[in-house]
Amino acid sequence: MTRDVAVLGAGMHPWGKWGRPFVEYGTTAARAALADAGVAWGDVGSVVGADTVRGGYPGYVAGATFARALGWQGARVTSVYAACASGAQAIAAARAQILAGLADVVLVVGADAAPKGFFRPAGGDRPDDPDWLRFRLLGATNPTYFGLYARRRMAVHGDTPEDFALVKVKNAAMGALNPFARYRKRVTAEEVAASAVVADPLRLLDICATSDGGAALVLSSLDFARRHGAAHPVRIRAVSTVTPRFPSTVLDLPDIATDPALAVRPSDESFRASIARVAYEEAGLGPEDLSVAEVYDLSTALELQWYEDLGLCGEGEGAKLLREGATAPGGRTPVNTSGGLASFGEAVPAQAIAQVCELTLQLRGAAGDRQIAGARVGISANQGLFGHGSAVVVVR
Amino acid sequence: MPHSRTPAVAGWFTGENDDFRLLGTRCPSCTAVFFPREDTHCRNPHCEGASLEEVPLSRTGRIWSYTDSRYRPPSPYVSDRELPWEPYALIAVELQAERIVVLGQAAPGVTVADLTVGMEVEVVPGVLHEDAETTWTTWHWRPTEVRA
Repeated sequence: MTRDVAVLGAGMHPWGKWGRPFVEYGTTAARAALADAGVAWGDVGSVVGADTVRGGYPGYVAGATFARALGWQGARVTSVYAACASGAQAIAAARAQILAGLADVVLVVGADAAPKGFFRPAGGDRPDDPDWLRFRLLGATNPTYFGLYARRRMAVHGDTPEDFALVKVKNAAMGALNPFARYRKRVTAEEVAASAVVADPLRLLDICATSDGGAALVLSSLDFARRHGAAHPVRIRAVSTVTPRFPSTVLDLPDIATDPALAVRPSDESFRASIARVAYEEAGLGPEDLSVAEVYDLSTALELQWYEDLGLCGEGEGAKLLREGATAPGGRTPVNTSGGLASFGEAVPAQAIAQVCELTLQLRGAAGDRQIAGARVGISANQGLFGHGSAVVVVR
Repeated sequence: MPHSRTPAVAGWFTGENDDFRLLGTRCPSCTAVFFPREDTHCRNPHCEGASLEEVPLSRTGRIWSYTDSRYRPPSPYVSDRELPWEPYALIAVELQAERIVVLGQAAPGVTVADLTVGMEVEVVPGVLHEDAETTWTTWHWRPTEVRA
C-alpha cells in the first residue's frame, strides 16, 4: 500500500519586507495554491497552519486565522509551532490526516511578518526559558551560533571564508531567477568579503536575513488526485520529524551547553544526519537518488554542513563538493535551486513549506529558468529551535 | 555607595576569584553532569536517576569554537544604549572531565584574534551589567595564557 500523498497545488507570496500583516501573505499564498490545484476552498476538509510567534506571545494560532481569512467553511483545523520546522510539521500533520483517512484534501499554510534586525524572544522575564536565558546572560543571537559552527568547520575541516562566500555566490545566482525571492541580484565573492563582519568569521552576506513571506500547499490522497484528474502528481513520500538522541554533543540553538557525553557514549551520527537518514529510510531512497535538495542555509557555512548530513559527500568534504560544482545547476545534486535562505531571508513558519514549493516546481518541470532537467526526486531539510528535525522527500 | 553583587542567574555559579566555579548537578545513578542544572530528574533516557546533587564544574577546559557579537544584541540582553556598542567575544568550551561544552562570554579585553580552537581557558567571575542598585554577576572564559 502506498503511503504517498499528492501535492496538488503550491503557492507563495513573494518574500520581502512589505510591512503588511502575515495573514495577508498566508491568504495570498493559500489562494494561489488552491488555484494551482484547481480545488475550491469549500472542498478543503482540513486546514493546517504553521504558527508565527511574531504577532504576540504565545503567537497567533495560525490554522484558524487563515481559515477565517479565507471564509469560515467548517474545515477541521490544526495549528503547529516548531520554530524553523513549523512548516514541515504542518506538512507532517496534513499527511497523517490524509493517510489516516480523516481528510481527502488538506490546505497547509505558513506566513510571517518578521521584525527588523535580530530575532529575539518574546517579552517578559522568563528565567526558566533557555531561549530567553541565552539572550539575557550571553547576548547570544542566532548568528552567534552560526559563527561558532563556521569557526569550528574552519578548525576541524580547513574550510575558509572564501569557501563560505562561494555558497552565497551560487545561491544568489539562483535567487536572481526566482520571482518569489527577496534578493534578486547576483553577488560576487568580493562583495561577500567586503560586507561587515556580524559574528566572526561570518559576514553580513554569509547570514540569512529575516523576511516577510507566505507559502502554501494543497495536499490530497492519491485517490482524490486521480478523481481530480491529476494522474501523475508530485508526491510526498516521506516526512522526517525526529528529535536528537542523548547525549547531543553539538551546541544547538538555543542551548548554553551540550548534553554530557560521559555516562552514555554519543552516537557516531549527528542529529542533522539522523534527520536525513530517517527520511531516506521512510522513502526507500538514498542520497544517490536525489535530483535536487533544498537545505536550510541560515548561514553559508551551514549549507556545507548539510551536504555532509544529507550524505552528498563525506564528513569534512562539503567545501570540496561545492568547489567541484556538484551542488550547482549542471552538477550531480543541485542544492537550493530556489536561491535558498540566502536569497529569501527567513520567514520562519513559511520557510519549510517554501522549500517543498520549490521541489514541487522542479519535479513538475515548471521552475522556469531555474529548472534542473529531468528532476525526479527531491529532499528538503531543516532543523528547528529546541530539537525539531525536519526533512521532506518528494518524488514524481 | 557600594552596589550589591547579585548573580544574573541563581544557582549557576559560586565563589570569588580563584575559587569561582560553575555549578552543575550530577546524577548519582549514571554520573552524568548537567549544566544548566537539572534538579529533579536525570535526562539520560537509560537512567532512572533522581535527586541530583550539586557539583562544581572543572575550572579549565579547551576551546570548542568561538565567535563575537559585532552588533548590539536585542533585549533581554542589557546594554547602555547611550554608549557606542563594544563587541565582545563568545567562547564555547569543552570540559574534559564532564564531557560537556559550555558557552560563555570572554573576559573583557579578549578578542577573537587572541583565540584558537583547542586553546586552554579558565572560568573567571565577570560582570554582566550594572544598574543603580546592583552589579549583576556572571561567568567569563579567559585564556590561561593571559593570566597575570
